[in-house]
Amino acid sequence: MSKTTPIRRTEFIVEAFIRVMGFSTIGFVLLIFLFLLREGVPTFFEVPLDNLFGTRWYPTFGLFGTLPLILGSLLVTITAIVIALPLGVATAVFVREVAPHWAREILKPMIEVLAGIPSVVLGFFGMTLVAPLVRDALGAPTGLTAFTGALILAYMALPTIISVAEDALDAVPKSYRDAGLAMGATQWQTIWRVVVPAARSGILTAVMLGMGRAIGETMAVMMVTGNAARMPLSLDSFFRPIRTMTATIAAEMGEVAQGSTHYHALFGIGIVLFVVTFIINLAAASTMFQKRRRGGLR
Amino acid sequence: MISRNRYRVQRIGFALLTLAALTVVLPILFVVGAIVARGIGAISWEFLTAMPGNGMKAGGIFPAIVGTLLLTLGTALAAIPVGVAGAIYLAEYARDNRLTRAIRLAIVNLAGIPSVVYGLFGVGLFVLFLRFGTSILAGSLTLAIMTLPVIISTAEEALRAVPVEFRTVSASLGGTRWQGIRNIVLPQALPGIITGIILGLLRAAVETAPILFTVAAFFLPRLPHSPLDQTMALPYHLYVISTQVPGMPLEIQYGTALVLLALVLSMNVVATMIRSYFRRKRQW
Repeated sequence: MSKTTPIRRTEFIVEAFIRVMGFSTIGFVLLIFLFLLREGVPTFFEVPLDNLFGTRWYPTFGLFGTLPLILGSLLVTITAIVIALPLGVATAVFVREVAPHWAREILKPMIEVLAGIPSVVLGFFGMTLVAPLVRDALGAPTGLTAFTGALILAYMALPTIISVAEDALDAVPKSYRDAGLAMGATQWQTIWRVVVPAARSGILTAVMLGMGRAIGETMAVMMVTGNAARMPLSLDSFFRPIRTMTATIAAEMGEVAQGSTHYHALFGIGIVLFVVTFIINLAAASTMFQKRRRGGLR
Repeated sequence: MISRNRYRVQRIGFALLTLAALTVVLPILFVVGAIVARGIGAISWEFLTAMPGNGMKAGGIFPAIVGTLLLTLGTALAAIPVGVAGAIYLAEYARDNRLTRAIRLAIVNLAGIPSVVYGLFGVGLFVLFLRFGTSILAGSLTLAIMTLPVIISTAEEALRAVPVEFRTVSASLGGTRWQGIRNIVLPQALPGIITGIILGLLRAAVETAPILFTVAAFFLPRLPHSPLDQTMALPYHLYVISTQVPGMPLEIQYGTALVLLALVLSMNVVATMIRSYFRRKRQW
């Protein structure tokens, strides 16, 4: 009896610690949101709304129009997904359904390497090697364009898209494939008409997670998009410099005076980014949780 | 005739899939190859161990390497206890209820928050509110929170992979739940947990955006004296010398990128080797 008490006590302390740490992640999300609000909400009192949603971002002149930044982020993200989605899904299908064993053994570690390359290294690579190619191909004055950014972002989103899409294909029961083949369909027809459609909600999750990754990406985008805060309204905006929300924060946060309107505005952009990625991840997570509840498929 | 047509479609389809996979993989080879080929010439003992000189255009990147190691150490100290305990809670204690779902949602969202937003948060909480200033402490804590989701999810997976029977046997011998976890489950899951920790810390070590305004010193040719000191860091250094310093020799830029890339690839290999070594050794 005398021996069990101290054991019980340490055990109680350890288990209490484990519980608190288990809940801590909720606390961290709340804490992050709280501090963004604390520093960011003053923007809405300091800057009139028509200025805040204006088309010109020149903080030194008191112009805080976030529209070009929001549209810049959207343009780059959507273009990146348009590039990465077909490539990613096709690669996932290739790896999961078609590739011989040896090819799979080469491809999967390569994709892990891609996932591991630091954002700043990809940005550096994009700046020094991809941008000159884009410039020469277009005959444009600079290669630091929305398109260059989208290209780099697409490759950064690919590992996420591929691995989630692969999981989705994995969850399609073998009997679906057998049934397709038994009906006399070729392997290609089975993949295209049966397996991929059955995995579509998982593929949708992959796209959402890839988008979340792309819209929040900072360093690479800042280094290759040229960072000109202009409205991307015409078609040639693809091949012109552009500026995203993330790059704006990263580029300007170091220089602002703490407590200034500009400082609050950068936190305001942070709130927008937080909310947007929160919604995207919530949507992605809810499809994942649903899948789990329905027992694996669809 | 029709059937031959179908197989022609299949051949074209498979060719397109192969093409897509090549389009994904070849640029990766190109990135790694180009950085190795152009950076290898800059790598020398002096480059790795000397202070930068002449406005960073000469000398080495020693303080940046040390800075990154210190930041990673700080991140590890903060993130490992919280992350592993959090994973133990989810794998061993949590019931399937609303609270647990909220925790999982929080983890998914932490994983999705943009790195630059972590930087803002670090400024708001650690640098200003808690008055740590731009310091190794503030940066490490910011990076630690960012790393948590990776550590928690991989560690939870490793814990769940340990068969239920291990726990029942421990309980049947009179062990309490915690004794079972500490003596049986944790040791079995340890390789998986370590792999997760390495991958999580690696992610923190190469991040730039969260440390932009919480730790990083533009140019500081000495080693930090205390956790409240600023420091240079490898990824930030690469950003600085490739965008902020005009006339920077390209070879030094590529050399720095190569050091960063080598760090990532080698640690990835270490993590994979630990995992596969113990997977072969284990008996279940």
